[in-house]
Amino acid sequence: MSLPILKFDAVVVGGGGAGLRAALQLSEAGVKTVVLSKVFPTRSHTAAAQGGISASFGNSEEDNWHWHMYDTVKGADWLGDQDAIEFMCKQATDAVAELEHYGMPFDRLENGKIYQRPFGGHMAEFGKKPVRRACAVADRTGHAMLHALYQRNVKAQTHFFVEWMALDIIRNANGDVVGVTALEMETGQVYIIHAKAVLFATGGSGRIYQASTNAFINTGDGVGMALRAGLPVEDIEFWQFHPTGLAGAGVLITEGVRGEGGYLLNANGERFMERYAPTAKDLASRDVVSRAMQVEINEGRGCGTNKDHVLLKLDHLGAEVIDQRLPGIREISIQFLGIDPVKQPIPVVPTCHYMMGGIPTNYKGEVLDGVDEKVVSGFYAAGECACASVHGANRLGTNSLLDLVVFGKSAGNSVIDFVKATPEHKELPENAGAYSLERIAKLESTTGEKVADVRRDMQICMQQHASVFRTQKALDEGVVKMREIYERAKNVVIEDKSKVFNTARVEALEFLNTVEVALATMIAASVRTESRGAHAREDYPDRNDEKWMKHTLYYRDGQRLEYKEVHTKPLTVDYIPPAKRVY
Amino acid sequence: MTKKVKFSIYRYNPEKDAKPYFQDYEVEVGDHDKKLLNALVKIKDDNDESLSFRRSCREGVCGSDAMNINGRNGLACLTDIADLKQPITLAPIPGLPVIRDLIVDMTQFFHQYHSIKPYVIDDRPMPEHERLQSPEERKELDGVIECILCACCSTACPSFWWNPDKFLGPAALLHAYRFLADSRDQATNERLDNLNDPYRLFRCHTIMNCVDVCPKHLNPTRAISRIKETMLARNV
Repeated sequence: MSLPILKFDAVVVGGGGAGLRAALQLSEAGVKTVVLSKVFPTRSHTAAAQGGISASFGNSEEDNWHWHMYDTVKGADWLGDQDAIEFMCKQATDAVAELEHYGMPFDRLENGKIYQRPFGGHMAEFGKKPVRRACAVADRTGHAMLHALYQRNVKAQTHFFVEWMALDIIRNANGDVVGVTALEMETGQVYIIHAKAVLFATGGSGRIYQASTNAFINTGDGVGMALRAGLPVEDIEFWQFHPTGLAGAGVLITEGVRGEGGYLLNANGERFMERYAPTAKDLASRDVVSRAMQVEINEGRGCGTNKDHVLLKLDHLGAEVIDQRLPGIREISIQFLGIDPVKQPIPVVPTCHYMMGGIPTNYKGEVLDGVDEKVVSGFYAAGECACASVHGANRLGTNSLLDLVVFGKSAGNSVIDFVKATPEHKELPENAGAYSLERIAKLESTTGEKVADVRRDMQICMQQHASVFRTQKALDEGVVKMREIYERAKNVVIEDKSKVFNTARVEALEFLNTVEVALATMIAASVRTESRGAHAREDYPDRNDEKWMKHTLYYRDGQRLEYKEVHTKPLTVDYIPPAKRVY
Repeated sequence: MTKKVKFSIYRYNPEKDAKPYFQDYEVEVGDHDKKLLNALVKIKDDNDESLSFRRSCREGVCGSDAMNINGRNGLACLTDIADLKQPITLAPIPGLPVIRDLIVDMTQFFHQYHSIKPYVIDDRPMPEHERLQSPEERKELDGVIECILCACCSTACPSFWWNPDKFLGPAALLHAYRFLADSRDQATNERLDNLNDPYRLFRCHTIMNCVDVCPKHLNPTRAISRIKETMLARNV
């Protein structure tokens, strides 16, 4: 069966922050581009980011990008590539000024400059004291940024295919990427998008866990597609557990609460972070705070009937500050728990939040394959789906929004150069869409399991075996279980075989991506016998730079692992050598 | 503890249904399933995967899951099951073409949004850093920038139902005001010209359904009256 073919110079997959920033670069340069998005772009998960976007403007006190770079390297527990980190931190002020120029409605200081608040791990003078670096729009920064980027794309007349889901990467015999297959949800029609360049900005995959701050749509589609196309995923064992997910509901409560002066309490009413991070206290890195909370809970100092959460106190900030700076979390807390934080503390637990790993790229957004980092011609990635790697083993709060715009733009620029240097489209391989069609047909088999059942088991397995604290025993059992689940996933079926807006089919195709991410996570985590950033091993409590200061590469073929070196040469400044990580 | 919740849900699949109908469902929900969306996801996971609706963030910030809930527009993810009379009747948000079940075609809605030029227009050369804006100027944007484009308001507006192609509707007008109110925007005249039309702006009859249903507690009617005031002031 031959599929209809649509031809563009560039296709951007994903309409969140990274995809929209890349698309803007391409549209303004006149590159014939289409953006595929599973949802209307302003519904992307970037909208849920709350606290801020980092840039060392120093609007309230002295700051510079060298300090930002140091914090990011340290936050990443020395697993980040320092060339990419330098690139991002140095660009930050320009990138955020650009957002302001696009109309993003930042909060303001009395002098008219952008309002900045303290945030976890943001320090002055190379880790000495907290600094105000997070540029904020109340606690709705992601929403404001996503809308401003979409609006600027409306101005640039960017071409969107809304509610289209990319299915598979098309590579030619040479391994070059020449397009994608994609499903138009409204009609159920599958198309081939033939392009000179494919740019992935497909976001994260937090839905591998049972408790997640992530949206339903965060299903790891880009990573799933890359793995199926024979490409690796990097550092996938590193998942950020955000300290303050709303207990029971999973919804995010921004670190900005602690940035504005809120703090955590255990059942004894003790501000326990003082014991774990004497300087930064509640504003230590997220992995540090999440572990401290988990220890408090595990040792019986959790709050509530089941002693299963801690409390985030902010009532002392007063209604006025809360309504001005944190109106969104007040609403969320009332909505989901019936608790008004103006009067009472908010029950919170560490909750899966962010995928540090992803499709390996350099700071130009070019996708890299293998230990020798061979550039995959025609393929680019940016944002959460990519691993540049700036976040290493643990991302700093507000560096995610920054990552989206810096690397979205950078990848967009790389695509522009590539498209200009590539006069003709490379030919599509024969049967380019056959694999996707086979996968869809398989879902319509007569016997097999329901998607929801296997998905639920995957989420429970990940939660039980690869959470905040990990052990060899738990991970080994997790690998066995996840391999069984992965086999079951090969036989999931849908009963609803209709074409028009078949969300059951979409969910099944999403799950087939998510389960790839889950298995890769469990396998990679079971092998890394050290504790680094968010990967905390009870049986190997220390970081082991000699053996493990290296990036994991996981390949789907044979479920095999390889390891490549961390980039230790920044672009212009001196290497920041590893040190003990205290806050 | 689980409890049973009864539903009557609008169904329509153009591939097999000659016309829409309502289908009854009963679903058991647990203590953590406080919101309507929890119950809908449960129906889809455990009972009927063909039931079709949009959803994403489940926390009221993406605007995907607007629907008509017991006769009133709202977001499924922000609506408490306990507050609803059963059986809970769910229908698509009114006035837009239905694609399938609770999923509507929002082309017209977004067309109107796009038509107000929803971006800051300022052709002056940009400074190296941010443009300055005072906290007071910035405050003018509170209560408008929180819009999530869910369409609860526009599809609750009788004026929009009758003239969805000519009347902008409350959501697009709220955004029209958002850019008029932004001290950085330099296109006030052009924007007012674009709105000065018997339909685009002036079909608002202050029925205020928009204010009543907005899940973000915004006030499009006030934004509309401010546009009218600005227009009057210009004409004087």
